Amino acid sequence: MTGLVFLIPIALLMGLAGLAAFFWAMHSGQFDDMDGAAQRILIDEEEEKP
Amino acid sequence: MNIAAAPLPAAQSGTVTASTRFTVPGMRCAGCIAKIERELPKADGVIAARVNFSSKRVAIEHDPSLAEEAMTEALLHLGFESQPIDENPLGDEAGDRKILTRALGVAGFGMMNIMLLSVSIWAGAEGATRELFHWLSALIALPVIAYSGRPFFASAWMALKYHRTNMDVPISIGVLLATGLSLYEVLAGGGHAYFESAVMLLFFLLAGRALDAEMRSRTRAGIGALLGRMGKSASVIGPDGSIGRVAARDLGPGMLVLVAAGEALAADGEVEEGSSALDNAMLTGESTPDSIGPGSSVHAGAINLGSPFRMRLTRTADDTALAEIARLMDEAGQSRSTYVRIADRASRLYAPLVHSLSALAFVGWMIAGAGWHQSLVIAIAVLIITCPCAMGLAVPTAQVVASGALLKRGLLVKDGSALERLAEVDVALFDKTGTLTLGEPRPDISALDPEARSVALGLAQSSRHPLSRGLAEALRAAEVEPAEIIYITEESGTGLSGEWHGLPVALERPESTAADLATRLRIGEHVTTLHFADPLRPDAEDALTLLGEAGFEASVMSGDRDEPVQAVADRLGLKATAQASPQDKLAVLEALRDAGRKPLMVGDGLNDGPALAAAHASIAPGTASDASQQAADAVFIGERLMPVALAVRVARRTMQIVRQNFGFAIAYNALAVPLALFGFVTPLIAAIAMSLSSLVVVANSLRLAGSAK
Repeated sequence: MTGLVFLIPIALLMGLAGLAAFFWAMHSGQFDDMDGAAQRILIDEEEEKP
Repeated sequence: MNIAAAPLPAAQSGTVTASTRFTVPGMRCAGCIAKIERELPKADGVIAARVNFSSKRVAIEHDPSLAEEAMTEALLHLGFESQPIDENPLGDEAGDRKILTRALGVAGFGMMNIMLLSVSIWAGAEGATRELFHWLSALIALPVIAYSGRPFFASAWMALKYHRTNMDVPISIGVLLATGLSLYEVLAGGGHAYFESAVMLLFFLLAGRALDAEMRSRTRAGIGALLGRMGKSASVIGPDGSIGRVAARDLGPGMLVLVAAGEALAADGEVEEGSSALDNAMLTGESTPDSIGPGSSVHAGAINLGSPFRMRLTRTADDTALAEIARLMDEAGQSRSTYVRIADRASRLYAPLVHSLSALAFVGWMIAGAGWHQSLVIAIAVLIITCPCAMGLAVPTAQVVASGALLKRGLLVKDGSALERLAEVDVALFDKTGTLTLGEPRPDISALDPEARSVALGLAQSSRHPLSRGLAEALRAAEVEPAEIIYITEESGTGLSGEWHGLPVALERPESTAADLATRLRIGEHVTTLHFADPLRPDAEDALTLLGEAGFEASVMSGDRDEPVQAVADRLGLKATAQASPQDKLAVLEALRDAGRKPLMVGDGLNDGPALAAAHASIAPGTASDASQQAADAVFIGERLMPVALAVRVARRTMQIVRQNFGFAIAYNALAVPLALFGFVTPLIAAIAMSLSSLVVVANSLRLAGSAK
């Protein structure tokens, strides 16, 4: 049962880290243009090289 | 500015930038994103461009001295039409969605962690461990409920304040009671806590709300991208002969305005100098251009097809014929606001039932001598097990999936209430110009050989004149590659000219009258005249047949003259009313409504605006006037009419699914409530039953995904 002393805080911290990451992603606008993100992967960037 | 104060090297002094946002409806693929973001910064004064594909917008960072017109021009050069937009007009909507998404994230975090603890409790944790887990659950649940529950608490409070009740009232009471009792249990060291049920309830309901908000903002963005094509400003000629752009709301009577070819009029007035042809389709639905000369009165919303002319403004801003129609629309729209959405209708029956059931359970168990604590536990179990989870998800999930399916077919439905009303309509009224027909002049290009076609496209694509646009559109549809034309110049009222392989080429106005819709393509010595007409949408007949199969009576009602209206009606086999004024259209709708019918109005012009607002449901094409698009429940994009027929079919199918979902929720409650009433429901059973019912509802709604095929 002493394992719980570590495991529960770890579980909570990991959950909180996930939540913080989600908030950060929202704040930095990563959910603003979902369709655009899907399209951008198709853009060829090789043209930029000489 | 403060270059003197800050000792910056000269090269860096230009770092002051301005940012302007443009709506660019024409972006369709990754190539467009790449083209805009790569090519635009090469234009003078443009520093960077960033595309938002979902909302079809481009944010341009540029030198403050760069005018909006120059950027519009640069975008047009890349082949995209654009319109500058105000700073964040949809801010509130987006803010709402963000709050919901955040609340959903927090509820999800809380649910997972509390569930982790609850599963251990259900698995048989006893004594000190159990107590510790309860305390931990409480510590997580309280802030999570306080944060994620706000949308519900706020809405329930608003409802109660005005002595009404809505779906949020039972939710809020259930959540608060469950939390309160669980807290008491934890403090008293008792056996059961309902934190996970309360948080899970919030999570599932928030998922429904977030989906709903997502659907609204997605379609609003789509519609927002189409708006703003009307005359928003005018070139005013000052007393000293200088010309400046003035916004429509700042125009005043008596001003002298220069109207360029292809420009939309921003106010009513009288022609002072010059003669031209005006496209009044926006206002009257009339497809043939009106010839105007000095002394003719012209109205806001008309588009100048011919040569530039000068007009003296008579009525501006709120006095224009256009504004009068806007007022009519406002009044006509009132009736629709009384429509009650199905979720609210359901909750009106449901909320009192649930509340009295749980009150009965409490009283019943008290009388049976169970003691107030046990009675309260059972009463709360009833509240939670009858959880409106399935109810709360029944409507939004079905509507979101359906609107997503329609979106793929080019129909933007504004909100769920629109889908509900679309499902009820039983008679359809169509406008002619721009609705059954394309509303744009399209040339007959059969006389052109491939070479001439590519030259014509090379010329036409660089102009915004309606005829050029129609020509370019028709040529692109025929998969013509544009020829490389150099030295292109556009002279208002005369046409376009350039050079191709050393030959002078031109698209010019024929010598005949200005009202004749034709253009001449000149390649060297060779001249071809192209005649324009306003054709029917390619699949109009199929779409109307589909509507007919669905039991619709359709008819045409247009402001256009008898002949063309009758011709279209005969071809499509519809009844027709010609020369209908906005008031006539309203009257017809009123009569239909009094006869107990639910009319669907499909129209685009401003003259249809009041009818669009008054009809039980309405659809406008993406080329419609701003006001019409705003009044309509749905907007369809592209040249096909089929989305209209699909909209009705999908809307009906959606309501079927919604009813199934409700039916399921009721059946589930009929099973679960007796269990709860007799005290057999433990938190474990409540949690399992709740997620299961939600999953079934979501799965059922997903069946709509292929409904627009």
